[in-house]
Amino acid sequence: MQKNYKKWFPIFVLPTLIAFVIAFLIPFVMGVYLSFTNFTTITNARWVGFDNYVKIFANKEFINALLFTAKFAIVAVVTINVFALSLALLLTKGLKGTNFFRTVFFMPNLIGGIVLGYIWQLILNGILYKFNVTLTYSEKYGFWGLVILMNWQLIGYMMIIYIAGIQNIPGDLIEAARIDGATSSQIVRKITLPMIMPSITICMFLTLSNSFKLFDQNLALTAGAPSKKTAMLALDIYNTFYGRQGYEGVGQAKAVLFFIMVAVLSLTQLWFTRKREVES
Amino acid sequence: MKSRKKEIPVLFLLTVLSFLFLIPIFIVLMNSFKGKLYISDQPFKLPSIAAGTFSGLSNYITGVMKIGFFKAFGWSLFITLLSVGAILLFTPMTAWYITRVKTKFTSMLYYLFIFSMIVPFQMVMYPMVKVANVMSLDNPVGIIFIYLGFGSGLSVFMLCGFIKSVPLGIEEASLIDGCTPIQTYFQVVMPMLKPTMVTVAILNVMWIWNDYLLPYLLIGTEYRTIPIAIQYLKGGYGSIDMGAMMAMLVLAIIPIVIFYLTCQKYIIAGVAAGAVKG
Repeated sequence: MQKNYKKWFPIFVLPTLIAFVIAFLIPFVMGVYLSFTNFTTITNARWVGFDNYVKIFANKEFINALLFTAKFAIVAVVTINVFALSLALLLTKGLKGTNFFRTVFFMPNLIGGIVLGYIWQLILNGILYKFNVTLTYSEKYGFWGLVILMNWQLIGYMMIIYIAGIQNIPGDLIEAARIDGATSSQIVRKITLPMIMPSITICMFLTLSNSFKLFDQNLALTAGAPSKKTAMLALDIYNTFYGRQGYEGVGQAKAVLFFIMVAVLSLTQLWFTRKREVES
Repeated sequence: MKSRKKEIPVLFLLTVLSFLFLIPIFIVLMNSFKGKLYISDQPFKLPSIAAGTFSGLSNYITGVMKIGFFKAFGWSLFITLLSVGAILLFTPMTAWYITRVKTKFTSMLYYLFIFSMIVPFQMVMYPMVKVANVMSLDNPVGIIFIYLGFGSGLSVFMLCGFIKSVPLGIEEASLIDGCTPIQTYFQVVMPMLKPTMVTVAILNVMWIWNDYLLPYLLIGTEYRTIPIAIQYLKGGYGSIDMGAMMAMLVLAIIPIVIFYLTCQKYIIAGVAAGAVKG
């Protein structure tokens, strides 16, 4: 049977493969190579070894962006998952209007990052106006503004995943616990939470990698102001590439480091999910 | 019936929360009918004719003229539909082939597709734009090809997961009956893949419609999609026309809300399925 298929390779695989090679594979390999060179256009790349990687740390921008991103990611992961899980628990009780609430909570997720950024810029500046400051007055405002924005966007998304997890718990398990006299809070702690651990892992990593890779929202809400203090990693890389002539190599080196961080996060996730699958 | 009374505070809480979730959109809508000078200092007041803050549709007219909204809408629609169409045509064929034909090469391809899913866009951004320039892919048709390449990782991965669970028997029967693999694929395999293809379509529509950076770098100077047009409205520092901005945010949200309300069932199912596998 395999032989029968093989001569059809050009039709089945080639269109996707060519697009994949041009859009992803070649740029990826070039990206790794260019991070070790000095260039303004790709044709004049000159090998400089680890120079670019050293230059990353010549000023504090990258480190600041990394710290800001890490802090943001931690706060966002905790708040989003606590809210999303609480909502999911409330919405799986068979209340009236569950569908309506689910629809409303999920909706912001579909709005693009740029539009989200400007919606919240208006609202947060409107509130801060009463105190005679703006969103870009202090990095604290930008930080919490982004946290609120991401909560608004992602709570509904994570809630959907938690609801799916909760609905997968066999009903007789909960019924048995009820008959044995367990209270609602005991059921949540002893049955629901352990049973939805896979969903919790997925949501934690989804929020984490979404927070880490955040760009559009960051650009639209504060664009890094004041003085680049609220620029996250992706925005800092973008600014290094396109903001300053002669720093393309440094930008690419930052991008490689960024890639390594995101890859480590993803592999940790894979490891966690695999481990769980073996256990269950 | 024991818990009907207990439900009331919970329902009240959920109502308050859904109100909080909707109010940002309502505030933007309200401000889109206000004169641009009254937006920054009183964003939470309703526009009023008596106070002279109501501006009718003038924000919409200025906004549409300034950024060419309908043209941007057209480009967004064109790029999203054709890119998702290309992804739906080609990636399931690839996924089927590399699942059914087991060689070292196809399994290497499979792992490469998965690998591409964990690489952030910034890693390939700069070289990709250069490659696209050299190959004249920096136009609204070429970008479809780029989206096919970028979207193939997730799509192939999700489809392979499903194809593995499809029994071989039906395909073998159709081959024995004399169908070519291409006939087998379109008449037998593709109909079975439909549920997963809907998920793949939803995830890619959400991504491509809202994508900002890739189209901005590739075609942004000549062709603006909606996110590019909105960002363009910001212009230089401090020169933002708040009225036009509000009106354009409303126009940008309307198609999304329509899409959501019509395909809600598929979107929610697709997002849940995509997350479990992604």
